[in-house]
Amino acid sequence: MKLADARALVPGLAVADAMPEADGQALAALAGWCTRYSPWTATDGEDGIRLEITGCAHLFGGEAGIVADMARRLHAFGVGARGAIADTPAAAWGWARFRPRKAGPILKAGDTASLLSLPAMALRLEPESLETLATLGLDTVRSVADLPRGPLTRRLGDTVLGRLDRMFGRTAEPISPHIPADPWVTRLIFAEPIGRREDIDAAAERLLAHLCREMGRKGQGARRLNLAFYRVDGEVRHIGVGTSHPSHTPAHIMRLFAERLDTVDPGFGIEAMVLEATETQPLTAEQTGFSVSGEMDMAALAGLIDRLQNRLGRSRVLRLLPVESHLPERAERREPAVPRRKGRKVSSSFKVAPIPTIERHSGESRNPVINLRDRGPMDSGFRRNDEDKEGGAEKPRKPLSAWIPPEPPFEKALRPLRLLPDPEPVQATALVPDDPPLVFQWQGRQHRIRVADGPERIGPEWWRPEAEKGSLRRPRDYYRVEDEEGRRFWLYREGLYGAQEEPRWFLHGFFA
Amino acid sequence: MKPCTFSLPDGSAVRIADLLPTNLLNGMALSACVGTGAAEIDAALPWGGLPRGLHEIAAPAGDPAKAAFAASLAARRSGDGGRPILWCRPGWVARQAGDPYGPGIAALGLSPDTLILVEAAKPADLLWAMEEGAKTRGLAAVVAEGVTPDLIASRRLQLAAETGDGLVLLLPFGRQKVPSTASTRWFLRSLPSQPEAGGPGLPRWGIELWRCRGGGRLGEWIVEWDDAALSLSMVSQLVDRPLAETGRDIDGSAGPEGAGSRRHTTDGDQQKGEEIRPLRRHEAG
Repeated sequence: MKLADARALVPGLAVADAMPEADGQALAALAGWCTRYSPWTATDGEDGIRLEITGCAHLFGGEAGIVADMARRLHAFGVGARGAIADTPAAAWGWARFRPRKAGPILKAGDTASLLSLPAMALRLEPESLETLATLGLDTVRSVADLPRGPLTRRLGDTVLGRLDRMFGRTAEPISPHIPADPWVTRLIFAEPIGRREDIDAAAERLLAHLCREMGRKGQGARRLNLAFYRVDGEVRHIGVGTSHPSHTPAHIMRLFAERLDTVDPGFGIEAMVLEATETQPLTAEQTGFSVSGEMDMAALAGLIDRLQNRLGRSRVLRLLPVESHLPERAERREPAVPRRKGRKVSSSFKVAPIPTIERHSGESRNPVINLRDRGPMDSGFRRNDEDKEGGAEKPRKPLSAWIPPEPPFEKALRPLRLLPDPEPVQATALVPDDPPLVFQWQGRQHRIRVADGPERIGPEWWRPEAEKGSLRRPRDYYRVEDEEGRRFWLYREGLYGAQEEPRWFLHGFFA
Repeated sequence: MKPCTFSLPDGSAVRIADLLPTNLLNGMALSACVGTGAAEIDAALPWGGLPRGLHEIAAPAGDPAKAAFAASLAARRSGDGGRPILWCRPGWVARQAGDPYGPGIAALGLSPDTLILVEAAKPADLLWAMEEGAKTRGLAAVVAEGVTPDLIASRRLQLAAETGDGLVLLLPFGRQKVPSTASTRWFLRSLPSQPEAGGPGLPRWGIELWRCRGGGRLGEWIVEWDDAALSLSMVSQLVDRPLAETGRDIDGSAGPEGAGSRRHTTDGDQQKGEEIRPLRRHEAG
C-alpha cells in the first residue's frame, strides 16, 4: 500500500521510517532481558524471541505462570507480545502467531490435532511456497501433512517437509543462544586468612598464571587489571594496573602489581583475592626469544614504559610530538609515551608521521612574520622562511619528517637545545632600540654579551583565540646571544618600542 | 695462574691474551662502545669510546653543554634503528634549566621521536626509573639530571647498566665531590665561540676527562660541535698526560691539579651552592 493511500484511509496516520538495524538491536536487548527466564535464549527472525524453558518453568509457577509473568512485564514495558509454549520451537512459532482466538498460549504436549488445524502459514514458509500451496487449495497444516511425502517434495522442494518435521518434532531445531563472553575473573579463597607479603605475592602469582593461561588460550591480552582483596573485617581493597599494549605474560603483569602490593594493608588478614582483567584486547602474533643484543626489544620497552607509568603516573612519562607552529613554546606537544610496533614504513619505530610540505607552507604563508617583514629588520629567521618556501615549491609533495632540521645552508641550530617552559623575565640593556642587548641580569648574575645574532621576529598567532590575551598578543624579537663566558642564550624582547606598553625582555632558552 | 698459550706451527707459543683486543679482556665488547665524536678523545679512553655503564658528565649550573654532549652521545648510540632514550629529571630542573626542546635537539642528531621524558619528584623515584631503564635492553641511553646518586646507588646503576647493556649518563650541576663508581667522569663548560657573520659561531666546549677507570689518558680538549658532520672538531688540546693517579679512584680527591681545573673546581662549588638555592622569580611587570 502506498503511503498516500494509507493516509487517505486513516487521516492522521503516524508515519515512521523503518529502522531494521535499530529494531534488531532492540530485539537483541529484549532477548538479553529474557535470559531472566532461561539462559537458553535467542532471537528468532525479525520479530521473535525463543526460549528453551525446559526445567525453568517451575521457578515461575509452571508454564502458565511463566507466560503470564512475561506478558505482564512486557506489557509494563509497552511491548506488545504474543507468547506460546509448545513442544518444538517451530510449533511454538506457529502457535504464537496463528492460533485460534479462543485458544490459550500453551499447547499441551502431544496435542497434534490443534497444530494440524492451524493455517498453512504457520509452517513458516517462503511466500512463493505459500502461493503454490494456496493455488493447490492446501490451506491448513493438516492438508499439507496428509499429502504423501514423495510427491510433496517433488512439487514443492524439501523445505515444506523440513518445516513439517520440525513442527512435529521429527527433526531437531536447536537454539543457539547468544551467551555473553565470560568476564576474565579468577578468584582464590583462603582456608586461613593471609597477611604476609610473601603469601600475597604467591597468591597473586597463582591468580595471574591462571588468568594469563586462559587469556592466552583465547588469544586475548589484558590492558587493564584489577586485583581485589577481601579482608576479614569486611573491607575490600583494590589495586589496578594498566598496560600499554595487550599482555598475557604473568611476569610482566606481576612486576606491575609488585609496585602496588606494598600499598595494600592486609588488616587482620585477607580471606579472598579476585583478579579481573577489566579490559582486554586481541593479542597480535609476536615472535619471541630471537632478540639479538642491541636490537630494539619492543616487549622489554613496553614493559619499561608500563612500569614507569604505573609508578610515576601516565602524564610523567612523555614523548615529544612536533606541532606546526612558529611560536617556540607551541612547536612541540607532549603526550604519554606509547611503544610503537616495528615494521612501519618509517625506519624508526619512534618516527613521527611526516607532515606534508604543502600544508606547512600554506600555514606559513599566513604567518604574520611575512606581513611584518617590511617593518622588521632582515635576519636569518626571515631568510630561512623564504628559502624554505622556495625549496618547498620545487618539491611540493615530498613529505618531510617534521623534526628533520632545515636543509643546508641553514643547518645552523636556530632553535635552542633547552627551552624554559615559562620564559623568564630578565633585565636587559640595549644601546639602541631594536639592537641586541649589551648586558642582561638573570638570577642575580650579570651577563655581558659578546656577540649576538638577530632579531628573528615572531608575531602572535592572531588567528587563534588565545592570542588575544596575555603575553601572546605582542610580537617578539628573538636574539641568539653569547656572553663573555661562552654561554649561549635565547633572549627575546616582547613588544615594540613606541607602543603603549613598554617592551620587556625574557630569557627563553639555552643553546648548546 | 699460568697464562693460556697457543702453539703456532713454527713451534713458538703466544699468549692467547695477546691475541685478543684489550677491550674483550675488560669484559667490554667493542661494539658496545659509543664514540665521543672526536678521534683524539676516543683515543684517550681505554675502550676507544664510552663503554656501557655509568658515566658522569658535569657542567656548571645553567650550562647546557653537558646536555648537548650527552644528547650527541645518546644519538650516536641510538643509531638508525631509533633506539629510545630515557631522559629523567625532576620538575624543578625543567623549570630552572629548561627541558630538552624537540626542534633544538634535532640539530644534535638526536631524533626527538626517540626521546622519552620521565619526570619524578622524589630522588628515590628518579633513581628507580633510571635503574629500570638501565636494566632494559633496547634503550640507547638513560640520561639523568638533578639527582646525585650516592656510592651505593651509583654501584647499583653501574650493575644495572652492565646487565642491560645500557649507557647511563649522569648530568650533575657543578663538579661533583661525592665518590662515584662511574667509569668516566667529565667536566664540560661552554667557551666563547668563533663569531660567524656577526653572530655566535659553532658551539665551542671545553671537555675535561678528569677520572677514568681502566687507565685512560686524562686531559682537557677544546672542541667545536660540527652540526653538519654531527661530530666534534678539535680546536686545541690543553692538558695531556698519562695518568698514574688513575688508581686513586673512589675517594674523590684525585682531580687533576692543573691551574685551569682548580679554577673550575671552585667554580663547581659555587655552582653547587646555586643549585640548592630556590629559583628567584622576578617580578613580572
